[in-house]
Formats: sequence, structure tokens, C-alpha cells
Amino acid sequence: MLFPSPYRVGSTLIQEFRDGSLLNATAISLRRVLLGYSISLVIGVPLGIVLARVKFVEDTLGSLVSAFQSLPSICWLPLALLWFGLNDRAILFVVVAGSLVSIAIAVQDGVKNLSPTYVRAALTMGTPSWRIYTHVLLPASLPSILTGAKLGWGYAWRALMSGELLFVSLGLGQMLMQGRELADMSQVLSVMAVIMGLGLLTDRLIFGSLERHVRRRWGLAGA
Amino acid sequence: MSAKLSIRNVAKRFSGQDHQVNALSSVSFDVQAGEFLVLVGPSGCGKSTLLSIIAGLEKADSGEVLVDGIPVTRPGPDRALVFQDGALFPWLNVRKNVEFGLRQKGVTAGEASDRAIHFLEQVGLAKFAENALYTLSGGMRQRVAIARVLSLEPEVLLMDEPFSALDAITREDLYVEVQELWQNRGATIVFVTHNVREAVTLGDRVILLASDPGRIQLEVPVDILRPRHIDDVDVARTAQLLSQSMRQGRENILQEVWNDEQFTENDLLRGFDRLMGDYRQ
Repeated sequence: MLFPSPYRVGSTLIQEFRDGSLLNATAISLRRVLLGYSISLVIGVPLGIVLARVKFVEDTLGSLVSAFQSLPSICWLPLALLWFGLNDRAILFVVVAGSLVSIAIAVQDGVKNLSPTYVRAALTMGTPSWRIYTHVLLPASLPSILTGAKLGWGYAWRALMSGELLFVSLGLGQMLMQGRELADMSQVLSVMAVIMGLGLLTDRLIFGSLERHVRRRWGLAGA
Repeated sequence: MSAKLSIRNVAKRFSGQDHQVNALSSVSFDVQAGEFLVLVGPSGCGKSTLLSIIAGLEKADSGEVLVDGIPVTRPGPDRALVFQDGALFPWLNVRKNVEFGLRQKGVTAGEASDRAIHFLEQVGLAKFAENALYTLSGGMRQRVAIARVLSLEPEVLLMDEPFSALDAITREDLYVEVQELWQNRGATIVFVTHNVREAVTLGDRVILLASDPGRIQLEVPVDILRPRHIDDVDVARTAQLLSQSMRQGRENILQEVWNDEQFTENDLLRGFDRLMGDYRQ
């Protein structure tokens, strides 16, 4: 059946929910993406700020970061499989490779566009230069960090799905692939619906409210 | 006699691709403790550069700046600066903006908060302490910026065209306020402006800078009774004299450029002074 009815998809969804397979797969996928994404944020945000502020780092790492950005994250999978084998760490690696660089680049752009008077003002108030990073550049670039975080989340999620599709790994991606193998179109569509639903949920609940908060603080339109 | 602030033979050049601009060429002057000094000059005369050098944000090519006899090597809260656009931090509310410098100095959170409120009271904004920054008007923001530097109790307070982005009415209010704050606190102030009337309204002494190369053209003590208002007759008269010298200075420059004695003040008023140099490839 190529086009199952919404009712069929709905009842498949309920059945998958009841037997626990859906929750199980979702939990596994979410755990992976959250872990990978957190690593990307923790490394990507400071990397972006340093790339924007330290000329030596930009000269040395700058083009490398741009080059990585042009590489679709799934291209890392063969390398990851050779390095880590067929396991969670390989998928994690792909997720980090997919999101870290995009976060770093968005943050770098944001910091570069900051008004230099923020730093000058902080310096005249006696702020030591290392604290400029934590007390001025980091909060000042919060709007662009949010943009980067949102972008990075999208990339992380995509990287995870492509990784999970490609080899037996549990998780939502595999469940999707399983649907194909069993020629069960309603399973395929129900998993796709769950993936989209999760995306919508994070966008509205997490990023939406964070953005509203920042816009309100900055006094920007649409708050 | 030891001055609070000494500028000794400060020179600064900016290099373009194949030409150089003499932003400052050997400028020297002293500022006494408690003095309100105003540096005034046309755009491009190096007055803001000079203030940045005093603040320690830029390095002079030669010469030095001394505060109480100690050479300035880097920026610090003893020479706090009020920027033209305030340079307040939009991610902090009004009180936390004022607290920022105090916290950097190592003042505890509780005390910084008390002192921030105290200095916001001084500029009449205590009521708005917990407001987000964007809810304040331009004039109120500049007052927050002033409270922020006052709270650091600097040896020398530097002000870089702090009122130039404000409307005339707000500006006049702030002239009164700054004079009061200065008189009450006995602060030493170096104030930069391109507005001659503003200079005469505020300063004990006005130094007129000429451009290319940036240098001291004229130094005038102003002993008009305070508080002064920008529309006072004495202020207007002194400002007129200064403006004349300023134009005279530019006329001299034009004469040097074209080696032509026929330039009159009317030519200048028609806008020749906008020319800052010829096209070069």
C-alpha cells in the first residue's frame, strides 16, 4: 500500500506507542542527539567566539572550519565506523561533526558583528581581558548564539537520522528503515510524523521561548 | 606643581595604504585636580583619539600620559569614559549596568547594588533601576552611562561627545546636571566635543584643537559664573570668539593647501571646509 489513510497511520502510531517500541526508539534517539548536541554547544560556542576574536586561531582554523561546514555530516560516517566500529560512538561522532561547525560559524559571525564599544567600555571599567569573553562577548552575542544553537539542533537531528538509517542502531531512524523493509508504509509515515512532531515541539517550546526572552530583553520587535 | 593629569608630547599617526594622517602631533597640556577641561575642535582634529589615548584604549606613537605622575599603560577604572552612544549593555538592566564596573573592581554583589542605586539617585533615575535598557530614552541612557562611571569614582572622568546624539532640550538639561554633579563631587573632567557653545558652557578651560596635524591651536580660560546656560550672553560671546579662531585655523590650512591668499571667510562658509583632501589612487 503506497498511501495509507491518515486513520491507518494514526492507529499504527497508537499501536507502536502501546507496545513501547516507539517510546523506546524515541528515547534512544533523543538521548543520542542531546548528548551530541550538548558536546557541540559546549565546544562550538567558545570556538566561535575565539575564532572571531583571535586572529591566529582564525588564520589557522578558519578555513578548516569553513571546509568542514561544506561537508555533509553523513560523509563522516565511514570514517567514524572505521574509528569507533558499529556502535553508538560512531553515531555520536557524526552528530557532533554535523552540528559543531555550524554552531561555531554562526557564533563567529555574531561576535564579529558586535559593536566594538562594548569591549572598549568594559576595558575602561577595568575588566581583565579574559573576563571580556565571559562577561561581555558571551552575553552580547546571545542572539547569535541562539541562532547558532537553533541551526545546530537542526543539523544534529538530521545527522542522527541519516546515521541511524544507515546501520542497525535502534532509534527512530532504524524504525523508519524497518518500516521500509517490511513494506509497512504506515509505520514509515508514523515515524516520519513523530520526527516532525519532535522538531516542531523543540522549535516552539525551547527555542521559541528562549528567543522571545532575548528579544524582550533587547527590546527588539516581535517580542 | 603636580597636575592630576599630564599629557606630554603625545603624537599619533594613522597609516593608510600610501599616505599618513597626523592625527596628533606633539600635544601637551596639564589638567589640575577638580578642573573641568573641554577639548573642542572640528571633526578629524584628533580629539577623540586623544581621549582614547588618555583612557588607555589606544597607544600613542610617542609621548606619554600621566595620572598623578604615573604613566598610563592600559585602560582602567581610574579613567572611566562616557562614550558618545553610552555603550551600555543591552543584556543587563539599568541597575546591573551601573553595577558592572563595581563588580569588576571586586565590590561584593550587595554593596555594588547599594552603590548603583545611590548613583542612579544622583542622576534621578533610581525609579528605573530595574527597567530593561530599551525602555529608557536616549537622554536617560546617557544619564545611566554617567552614573556608571561616577560609581567607579575615577581619578579623571573622560567624556567623549556624550551629548551629541541627544536632542537640544535633553542636552540643555544635562548641561545643568553635569555642572551640578561636577561641583558637588569635585571631579576632574576631560570633556570632548565639536560644539563650541557646549565647550564654553561646561569648561573651566577650553582647548581648541586644529586638524592635520592635530595640535593645540588655542587655550582659553572660561571664568563665567556657574551654573551656566548655553543661551547666556557671556557664553555666546566667548563661543563666538572661539568659533572665529576655529574658522581662522581652517582658513590657514586651506591657504597652505592652495597657497592662495584670496580665501575669505565667506568661501569657508559656503562649504569649502568639507574638503578633506584630494582623491588619491
